[in-house]
Parts: sequence; C-alpha cells; structure tokens
Amino acid sequence: MLELRDVHFNYDRAVLRGITLEIRAGEIVALLGPNGAGKSTLLGAAYGALEPSSGEVLFDGRLVKSFARRELARRIAVVAQAGEIRFPLTAFEYVLTGRFAHSSALGFDSPHDVEVAMKALRDTDAAQFAQRYFNELSSGERQRVVLARALAQEARLLLLDEPTANADIAHQVSLLSLVRALTHERKLAALVVTHEINLAAEFADRVALLKDGKLLACGTPRDVMTEALLGELFETYLLVDAHPHSGNPRISWTVKR
Amino acid sequence: MNPSLTAVVGGYLTRRRAMLVVLVLGVMLIVGALLALAIGSEHVAFSRLLVALLAKVTGAASTLSREQEVIVFSLRLPRIALAIGVGAALSMAGAAFQALLRNPLADPYVLGVSGGAALGSILAILLAAEVAIAQPLFGFAGAVAATLIVYQLGRRDDDPARLALAGVVLSTFLSSTIVLVTALANNVKLRQITMWLLGDLSSGNPEGLLFVIAAVLIGATVLMTQSRALNLMMIGERDAFALGVETSRVRWIVHLTASLMTGTAVAAGGAIGYVGLVVPHLVRLAVGADNRLVIPASALAGALLVLLADTVARTMLSPRELPTGAITALVGAPVFVYLLVKGRSTR
Repeated sequence: MLELRDVHFNYDRAVLRGITLEIRAGEIVALLGPNGAGKSTLLGAAYGALEPSSGEVLFDGRLVKSFARRELARRIAVVAQAGEIRFPLTAFEYVLTGRFAHSSALGFDSPHDVEVAMKALRDTDAAQFAQRYFNELSSGERQRVVLARALAQEARLLLLDEPTANADIAHQVSLLSLVRALTHERKLAALVVTHEINLAAEFADRVALLKDGKLLACGTPRDVMTEALLGELFETYLLVDAHPHSGNPRISWTVKR
Repeated sequence: MNPSLTAVVGGYLTRRRAMLVVLVLGVMLIVGALLALAIGSEHVAFSRLLVALLAKVTGAASTLSREQEVIVFSLRLPRIALAIGVGAALSMAGAAFQALLRNPLADPYVLGVSGGAALGSILAILLAAEVAIAQPLFGFAGAVAATLIVYQLGRRDDDPARLALAGVVLSTFLSSTIVLVTALANNVKLRQITMWLLGDLSSGNPEGLLFVIAAVLIGATVLMTQSRALNLMMIGERDAFALGVETSRVRWIVHLTASLMTGTAVAAGGAIGYVGLVVPHLVRLAVGADNRLVIPASALAGALLVLLADTVARTMLSPRELPTGAITALVGAPVFVYLLVKGRSTR
C-alpha cells in the first residue's frame, strides 16, 4: 500500500539515508528507534508533509506528492500529539473535522458524517466526552479523540506517532487492540512510531528498527527484537525473553552492574 | 439515525442552528438600523420614519419635512450604511486572522494591518486625492504589506502574545510614520486626516461606501467557501494539511481577503479599533467556534456593534460628535487585556 524507495532526507544533516520500506494492507508495522533517529521525518515523508531529497514515496503505486490533499486525506490518516487549541471546540467538533476530505467545502455535516464521527468516538472509548471542550480533556483522553478523528477519515493507512503516549496502561492496550482489529479485519495498514517496545512486540506484525536515518533491520518481532539488535539500536543493555502468554519477545531493562 | 445516537450527539453546528442565529442577528441589525435612522440631534418619531420609508419604497409623497428628509436620507442613511459595512468588514477580517493565526488576540487593529491601511490611504490622499479608487487601493496595499510583515515577525514560535507584540510594535511604527507624513502635508488636509485616523464615519464619501460594500460581499463569499478549511487551520496547520487542506493556498486566499476588507474599511472609515477582536470573541462565547457560523455571525454582530458605537458617538454629546473609533477602543482595549491575561493563565 505504502512504499518508500531509497528515500533520503537532508535537513542540515542527513536525517534519512536510503530508506526502503513497504507497508502492506492488513499489517501493523512498528517503527522503533532512539530519539533523533528520523522516525518523525519518515512519517512526515509518508504523507507528503516533507519532500524527500531523493527517492520516491508511493501510495498504491502512485507518487504521494501527485495526490491532491483531499484525495490523500481519504487514503492516509495521521495521528500525532495534539497541541493546545485556543478556541472553544468540542471533542465532537474536533472529530467531525476528520470528515473534511469526504464532504463539500461549503456544506454542513451530513447525518452520515455525524454517524461516522460518533462511531469513531465509541470505538476509541471516547463517546462519553463528545460534548466536552477539547481543551478540558486530559492528555490521555485527547489522545483517544485524536485517534477517533483519524478513524472518522475512513482512510486505509494510519500513520500513528506515539499514539499511546499519555494514555494509561489499559487504554494503551485497548487502543492498539483497536488498531490491530482494524488492520486485520478491515485490511487497513498502520505504521506506528512508538517508544513502547513491549507493546510493539505484542501488537506489530513487523518491526522496523531505525538508527541514524538507516534501517538496521526489519522483520517480525521474533526475528528482529533480539538482545543483539535492540542493544545495538538503543546502545543500552536490554534483556529479551518470551512473554508467558503470547510467546512474543518481552523486553526488560536492567542496570548493568 | 438510531435514538441512542441522537441522545449523545449535540455540541456541534447544524444548518438549522446556524440559520437561526443568522436570522436573529439579521433582524436585530435591521431594527438597530431603523432606530439609528430615527435618533440624533434631529429626532424623528419612529412611526413617522416607518411611514416615510414606506413612502420612499412605494414612491408616494414624503410625510417628513424637507429638512428632516435631508437629515435622514442624505446624512444619516449613508453614515449608517458605512457603519454597517465597516463593522462587518473588520469583524470578518478579525475572525479570519484569528483562525488563520490560531490566535484569539489577532485583530486588524492590534496586528497593525489597520495601520498599514491607514498609511496607504493617507499616501493616496496626499498623492492622488482626485482618484476615487486610489484610497481603497492604497489601503489594501498597505494592509497586505503590514500583514506580510507581522506574519513574518510573529509566526516563528507558537506564542499568541508574541504575535500581538509584533503587531503593537508595527502599529506604533506606522503611527509615527503617519505623524511624519501628516506633518509634511498642508493644513487643511492635516485636519481631515487626523480626524479620520481616529475612526470617523461622518466624512465618508459615497465611493468609499461602495468599495466597502463590495469588499464585504466579496469577502463574505470567499471566507464562507474557506470556513470549513479555517476550522481545521484553527486546530493547527499540520493537522489541516494531513486532513486534506491545501494549507498554503488557504493561507493566501484568507490573508488577501482579510486585507482587502481591512484596507477598504479603513480607507472609508478610518482605523476603528478592536471591533475585529471583540466581536468574534463574543460570537464564539455565544455560538461556539465553528467558522461556518462565526464568520456570518461576526459580520452581523460587528455591523451592529459599530452602528451602536457610531450612534453613541454622534448623540452622546449632541450636537458635538465623537470619533466612532474612540468609543470602540473604550470597550475593546479592556477586552484585549482580559484575553491577554486569560491566555497567560491557561498556559
């Protein structure tokens, strides 16, 4: 669905150095890496916010930059950290802005738009604060509303930039369970940037390890989330064993003695 | 829609609610305009005024005295129309700047855009007084230039107070330039200019009024087509881009439209301050932040506010008159301070 071909991105330094990565329908790909590895830049390049210095980004085989913004917003939804809004918008109005690319520029929200937005809020367990002002919500609650807006876009690819930051542990698990259900059942695709390596190990179908703008490895959690690779990625000592229920990698930190 | 859904839904703008608000404000504006037409140093009974208006429409003989006829239709009517036009233009410009810059403190006057328009208009008076279109045109150019400058100064970090500060600095600089320019001009023009700088709706010329009305109609139409995109820009430019807004195009269209309205309004009525700040703020408090309603409601409420301020300005110390801009600043400056302090405490 999304394909990056030898993508380079230079800012004042080389941030991305030859990234080739494909994300297919029905899978969650987790992007792991230390701070400053280029994760957010890669995400920005994926939806055309940043133009690669060289290389190509394609959606369904077509260059991402060749899409009109509205066309692309019906295909790719972005979930990022929500900033402060300085105007009195309700959570429901916030989610309805996700319908922009589906409706006419002039009109009001159709009953269908309202229904889609409400369902998205229910899916992220956020319906109970639909009518509260967005600014009055806690950061974890906001996170769920932002995800609901992305769902209201009805896009096929979700780009999630630390979707679980600020969420409590129950909502971290339920948000990622929801993303997994969407990808597996409705054949969406998701690229998730996260620092929660244990959640990545459990929920991702594939994991891409990004270090200094290059892919260190890419594969199933069991293949690439090894002590050797993760230790190299984060330059720290990490213990990897198997999760007692799922058997997926379980990563623990330890203080070297 | 199933009942459980309608039970939860609410807190968003429906077409019905928007229509209702616009209708109520529209009726208030019409009633306000009729009242303003009747009162002043020469009072005309409201019932007699209605009869006279009806006579005008049907072409029957007027029931007013010749003197009253001149006062009501030749003096008050154009002034009231100008107040309505200027109020609508400045309020919509304010609402547009606020959404675009994500800054509730943004207002044509505070940002220095009115100052740019004033300087442009003054140059037009000095250089090409005989060309009617020169004044709004130069006003527009001045507004665009000021917008570009303040935008470059204030956009860097996301601090609303910083942008307002940049605007205040630009305003002071422009005022000084205006003082310098007027000092170089001859005396008759000087008096004319200083009165008009404070926001004086009495000296409006018919061409100025026409340009304002045209700018309001064009501006309202353009901003309404962008109102949905502005809702998204209000959340954040990065969000708007990801959600399908061609952000750089919207930014240009809205900047130019708001500058056009500010430029023509200032060219015709002077720098009437704080209207664009106070009105959208009150409208949002009353009906929410959705620009599909905030823009038309601000136009009507702004028209009503400037009409009220102008009526007070010409009747309070009658027969002496105050500049309209002095009245709006008396109300607007405290609101600005309130918003500034409130903005600080929430961060």
